[in-house]
Amino acid sequence: MNCFVVRDLNLHYGDNHALKDITLDMKYREITALIGPSGCGKSTFLRTLNRMNDLIEGCRIDGSIRLFDDDIYAMSDVSVLRKRVGMVFQKPNPFPMSVFDNVAFGPRTHGIRSRQELEMIVEKSLRDAAIWDEVKDRLKKPALSLSGGQQQRLCIARALAVSPEVLLLDEPTSALDPISTAKIEELLDELKAKYTVVIVTHNMQQAALISDRTAFFLLGNLVEYGETKELFSNPKDERTREYISVKVGAGNSRSSSSPDVARLVG
Amino acid sequence: MNRDAKIKEGIMKWLVQISMIVTTAVLAFIVIFVVVKGLPYIKPSLFSLTYNSENVSLMPALLSTVILTALALVIAVPFGVFASIFLVEYARRGSKIVKLIRAMSETLAGIPSIVFGLFGMLFFVTFLGFGFSVLAGALTLAIMVLPIVLRASEEALLSVSDGLREGSFSLGAGKLRTIFKVVLPAAAPGIFGGVILSSGRVIGETAALIYTAGTVAQIPVSPLQSARTLSVHMYALSGESLHVGEGYATAVVLLALVAVINVASSAILKRTVRNRI
Repeated sequence: MNCFVVRDLNLHYGDNHALKDITLDMKYREITALIGPSGCGKSTFLRTLNRMNDLIEGCRIDGSIRLFDDDIYAMSDVSVLRKRVGMVFQKPNPFPMSVFDNVAFGPRTHGIRSRQELEMIVEKSLRDAAIWDEVKDRLKKPALSLSGGQQQRLCIARALAVSPEVLLLDEPTSALDPISTAKIEELLDELKAKYTVVIVTHNMQQAALISDRTAFFLLGNLVEYGETKELFSNPKDERTREYISVKVGAGNSRSSSSPDVARLVG
Repeated sequence: MNRDAKIKEGIMKWLVQISMIVTTAVLAFIVIFVVVKGLPYIKPSLFSLTYNSENVSLMPALLSTVILTALALVIAVPFGVFASIFLVEYARRGSKIVKLIRAMSETLAGIPSIVFGLFGMLFFVTFLGFGFSVLAGALTLAIMVLPIVLRASEEALLSVSDGLREGSFSLGAGKLRTIFKVVLPAAAPGIFGGVILSSGRVIGETAALIYTAGTVAQIPVSPLQSARTLSVHMYALSGESLHVGEGYATAVVLLALVAVINVASSAILKRTVRNRI
């Protein structure tokens, strides 16, 4: 079953044609990884899936994206869409409030007021984000007192608290240390059982390790999309092959402006 | 490190130390001077509820100062904060109107207070018929500190990372909820700083008040009565030159009031952000 069906998606920021004729289907309860050099449009594409680009002035979108049976750009209320499609950002962005209030923010936004119900949701979300044991005694403490890795898992818990169907992650581990990164990778593998996950990553090992399908973007084009194993072991497009080999050859490279970009473009 | 660099570093270190000592010494000298001159004149009679020519009590002025400051802030802070919300969250960033408002508020912040006093007298006192009154004084002071509140709040809101706004929107929150539950609390310390700065400006103001709130030394029971603040009281006493000692005593009380406000406000701030940062 397809979760997202994207057809002929074009996106312009003013005169900049940032996404060109993107067409792809994302499978239900799978992890889809979006890879490609910086500025290739993968993050922009991710943000079309919960209409975060609506916030940017001069952004124009054509084509269609369907979430199951609903055309998301025909939805009149984006808050309903964003409740169904949660998002986690590159830089952990817990709100300046307590751990509890952070997780309860979403449910409260959608009208849940009962303390008991909120407590239940908060505990469940924190458990699902594998951080409950670390924070269960510090629910009243400021979220900003947690470590970076904990903050990011808290942000995942916060996104899960509105019971979304999809979780979008925009380079969720690029600001974290290797141990925190491993924890989140492990967590994503568990989340796959309940959620459809779309992740943008610069880290090829991460994409290869955790995703079921991978999409390779270059200069606003979707160059290649397919099963992760297939794409990494036997890329059909020369540009994909080159990008993957350079990135993997360079080890665990997270630098965004690596020379591979220039080679691919040239 | 070569010798030249060493010498340069030595001179630099010496310079910053001298600057620090001079700055602290000047401030300390003023405070000590005022306290030494004023403390002997602080007597219980100075805190009598009524003022007369024998006993130049500062109590009416002390209460008037608190009332005027509170009133001016109650008027200025909501307008300033809401205006800054418009500028940062609603107006298009870098639009002409934002630039114009910013330029205007910067100009207003730099205008001498006597100009506000004159405006207050012509508009509030005469045109609106408030007379020399607490109300006219508070409104004049509110206009005077509005640019300070506006700029401080604007800076505070701008310094809130867009990541927080995105985080809130991504959970389905609307603009209003995002501003009031996420952005404003995060900006609160900065806004608070602006409010404290404004209260300092209000407490220290004299010129703008003489022509708007007047100089009657009484405890105002109606907003349409005239009142003098501690600063105006000091100005009046030193002008008459009969009670210079009591003038210094007033200065001591004024210093104490400012100190109390600063300590209390930072305690309040700490309490409010305790669970957040």
